[in-house]
Amino acid sequence: MQTYDVVIIGAGVVGCMVARALSRYDLSVLLIEKEADVGAGTSSANTAIVHAGYDPMPGTLKAALNVAGNRMWDTLAAELDFAFERRGDYVVAVEPEEVPRLELLRQQGIANGVTGLAMLSGEELRRREPLVNPRACAALWASTSGICDPFAAVLAAAENAVTNGVTLMLETAFEGFHMEGRRIAGVRTSRGSLRCRWVVNAAGLYADEVMHKAGVRPDFAITPRRGEYYVLDRAQLPLRSVLFPVPTDVSKGILVTATVHGNPIVGPNARDVAGKEDRSATREGLEEVWQGAERLVPSLDPRSIIGLFAGLRAAGNARCLTPGVDYGHDFVVEIAEGVHGLVNLAGIESPGLTAAPAIAERVVELLRDAGEPLREKRSWNPIRRARPRFRDLLPEQQAELVRRDPLYGRIVCRCEMVTEGEIVAEIHAPIPARTYDALKRRTWLGTGRCQGGFDTPRVLAILARELGISPVQVTKKGPGSEFLSRPTKDTDWSGTGPERAGHRVGGG
Amino acid sequence: MAQEKDRLICVTCPMGCALEVTHEGPALVEVSGHACRRGIEYARAELADPRRMVATTVRVRGGLHPLVPVGTAAPFPKGRIMELMALLREVELEAPVRAGQVVLADALGTGVDILASRSMPAAD
Amino acid sequence: MRRSYDVIVVGSGPGGMAAAVAAKKNGARDVLVIERDVEPGGILLQCIHHGFGVETLRQDLTGPAYAQRFVDEALSLGVDVMVDAMVLRITPSRHLWVTSARSGLVELEARAIVLAMGCRERTRAQIRIPGSRPAGVYTAGTAQRLVNVEGYMPGRRFVILGSGDIGMIMARRLTLEGARVERVLEIMPYLTGLTRNYVQCLLDYGVPLQLSHTVGRILGDRRVEAVEAVQVDERWRPVPGTGELIPCDTLLLSVGLIPENELSRQAGVALDPATGGPYVDEGFGTSVPGIFAAGNVVHVYDLVDWVTEAGYVAGRSAARFALGDQVQGAASVGLRAGENVRYVVPQRLNPESLADGPQRLQLRVVRPIEGRARVQVADGDSLIAEQRLRYARPGEMVTVTLPPSAYDRVRQAKALVVCVTEA
Repeated sequence: MQTYDVVIIGAGVVGCMVARALSRYDLSVLLIEKEADVGAGTSSANTAIVHAGYDPMPGTLKAALNVAGNRMWDTLAAELDFAFERRGDYVVAVEPEEVPRLELLRQQGIANGVTGLAMLSGEELRRREPLVNPRACAALWASTSGICDPFAAVLAAAENAVTNGVTLMLETAFEGFHMEGRRIAGVRTSRGSLRCRWVVNAAGLYADEVMHKAGVRPDFAITPRRGEYYVLDRAQLPLRSVLFPVPTDVSKGILVTATVHGNPIVGPNARDVAGKEDRSATREGLEEVWQGAERLVPSLDPRSIIGLFAGLRAAGNARCLTPGVDYGHDFVVEIAEGVHGLVNLAGIESPGLTAAPAIAERVVELLRDAGEPLREKRSWNPIRRARPRFRDLLPEQQAELVRRDPLYGRIVCRCEMVTEGEIVAEIHAPIPARTYDALKRRTWLGTGRCQGGFDTPRVLAILARELGISPVQVTKKGPGSEFLSRPTKDTDWSGTGPERAGHRVGGG
Repeated sequence: MAQEKDRLICVTCPMGCALEVTHEGPALVEVSGHACRRGIEYARAELADPRRMVATTVRVRGGLHPLVPVGTAAPFPKGRIMELMALLREVELEAPVRAGQVVLADALGTGVDILASRSMPAAD
Repeated sequence: MRRSYDVIVVGSGPGGMAAAVAAKKNGARDVLVIERDVEPGGILLQCIHHGFGVETLRQDLTGPAYAQRFVDEALSLGVDVMVDAMVLRITPSRHLWVTSARSGLVELEARAIVLAMGCRERTRAQIRIPGSRPAGVYTAGTAQRLVNVEGYMPGRRFVILGSGDIGMIMARRLTLEGARVERVLEIMPYLTGLTRNYVQCLLDYGVPLQLSHTVGRILGDRRVEAVEAVQVDERWRPVPGTGELIPCDTLLLSVGLIPENELSRQAGVALDPATGGPYVDEGFGTSVPGIFAAGNVVHVYDLVDWVTEAGYVAGRSAARFALGDQVQGAASVGLRAGENVRYVVPQRLNPESLADGPQRLQLRVVRPIEGRARVQVADGDSLIAEQRLRYARPGEMVTVTLPPSAYDRVRQAKALVVCVTEA
């Protein structure tokens, strides 16, 4: 049986950041993920904001890790070579009665150690962001918040971990623990059993189930909280910074931001749902998102919508451990009590992306405190270089790239300007992109105006060619999500029948 | 033979007149709803011998693409289209293919030829 | 390879090829067509069905046969074609950055440019269909390419949203290849494609059509498992309680086309929100001198024949501009959509063009008129041209011709307003 020092369950942003942090030390580390790619769960559908840290309640782990995490992103982005821009954000008070709330947020931010906060008049806000609601009467400005390419951040961390010796197993689901008394001796997975001394539970929406299988925190529960989004055409909405409404108790509210490629995003709303895989958007939810966004930017045009998606927050119910702080939805970052060898990272909802690098450092500290020697590897290299992105280069650089490899001269995705060279490079990268969605997250192909209408047949052919498989085996996101059913001229298709199925739900 | 009534939509021009036809088997007795004479002809032909232009693809070996589009040279008996499809499913050409090349002569003994709709050059 | 051309045409579909042919015939010395696919011909190459060329060629051709005819003609006239190449950017001074695996990234220069990029399909997001995001949701054109060109079926059991021609033609195509088409849903209370296609694609194969219905949501995590069909009211809102689950593994969307004008916008070409394409004059000149536009990039046509005609006009204009003998005449008269007209193309007309011959105006109506109708072109109360129609439907363009005899009245007009009403 394979033996590891540490098995990390879940290759979302938390699991990947932890893997990278641990890859620095002389440990054998295995990262397992049930999906066909890293960052395919909660990390695949979020707002991509690196929050300043004025929002969480002072004294909570959320507040501490948000602010600590925020400070790490410049170095992180530089070392891992992904897009991150500190554009700042505004919390916009549309109604006069919201203004006192801005001052509370500012005080909260100061208590959390956030720098760069300022109160602005409505006039000043409109001067800086002319599209904002003309009724807006004041705003809180936070200069340290930013936007990032969240898929690239996850991938880069995982890739850096893998090149520093971490083993990654995809399509490998956690099934249970091997216990020796109260000590964790290994894990059972869908691909067999493994021995290990430590398990890091970074299972996101399933973190509660992992805990319960170890017999700890029986009362802890993750409630998936859905957020729905629209993506808009970049030509339609020139915005400089992120616009937030004044937050509510459950959510920072429906905001207006942009991807690092310039496409505006509006959302998310917040609805508790039953299913941990239920990333379906609803008519009512999308309507709510649109109305919320219109409150900040009334000139939004529904004709500029180019995409929609829904994500699930892994919202937990852990009480804040700081005495005197009454908060019931804090992060869990701990060595579990009552069992040896389990690190729980759970309830990591927003600002989880921001906090992830700080959570990873906290895991290192926890292991050190538990007596792990953690000898630093001399070979550890924190630097990971992104592969070239044609659209981001100057014309001379583009020409040079095409000279070196002609496949960079062939555009496969017109809207986002992604070349065949980039696609091939990602399919053969240290963490190979083996599905359409994996390529989409790495290159942003298919995310533009035509939503894959032009690129899909081409990408299927490239994936099939490079992976040495038939196009009918190419999937969107792993087994069961194949694009094609058979060759057109296959002779053994099950013939068409006259019977027509369909049953009715509801009346009408 | 008893007279029957049926509805047809004339597709001779884009107007699409809704025709009411009275017929005895394949023979037209009476038609109404047509805006011009062509509706009568359409109804007569549609009852006696309904035909359609058929377009599909056949496999091609060594071509720029794996399929080459083909079509009937003349309208083909409607009732035998699925039979024709099954037959063409077995056809495989060798690139290059010329536009207008006869892919299948006298398909199913109907006298209708199947022609390549375009040229298909050999792959590089 | 040359770096400088009299005329460069972007796109080798019917509009682009006709423009290239006309440019050559009207004296342009060197003409280049740039095509992103591996061969010239455009989307017609995947439209393997018949019905092309009936209006202008008086022949019933398949799409590939129609395309081949113009490609062959262009090549025989000495038009250069650069395939597998993408235009990245066009400047108002008519420089083009083009990239291809074969030639690398090059900068070209043209005395005149014809934009002929065609259109793209509206997507799920644009019509805001809720639900999950599994594999198995395709636009009809993408599915058409997979089935007819790439040689793969995108599913086994289909629901098609949209009764436009592409949707109905795909229903027949998929049925012929052994798939099952459960239903075609249409949000409008009427068919949006041609009646001929309704008869020959749906009725012939027993595919049910459901009007005033749309897709309420998509179900399935990894692959489509069902779609919910839902009835809509007169304002296209879902009627509660009318949902019906249709098990299927694929949803095809045939929900409209949008002129593809990202390059035009970068080149500074002014776009008409009504058409989604450039504002053009009767010669298909855009707001940027020397940049012309032809075909579906201007507005979405119903018949390829008209695209070819428009390409001829644009190509001729481009050649004239390239050779320096473009007509600088009196100020143009604006054309405006009046009652029951969604848009009119061209949007402006130089009255002097009537000296060359009659000028064709093309338009789409807002609501259908089943029965006698008339199209009128007027300047205020003064009627300039009138034409009778047997009917008027949103899915079919209406063409009205301004005769040379209207020259005086057009020259004096402030604006021409076009209406389509019951006769």
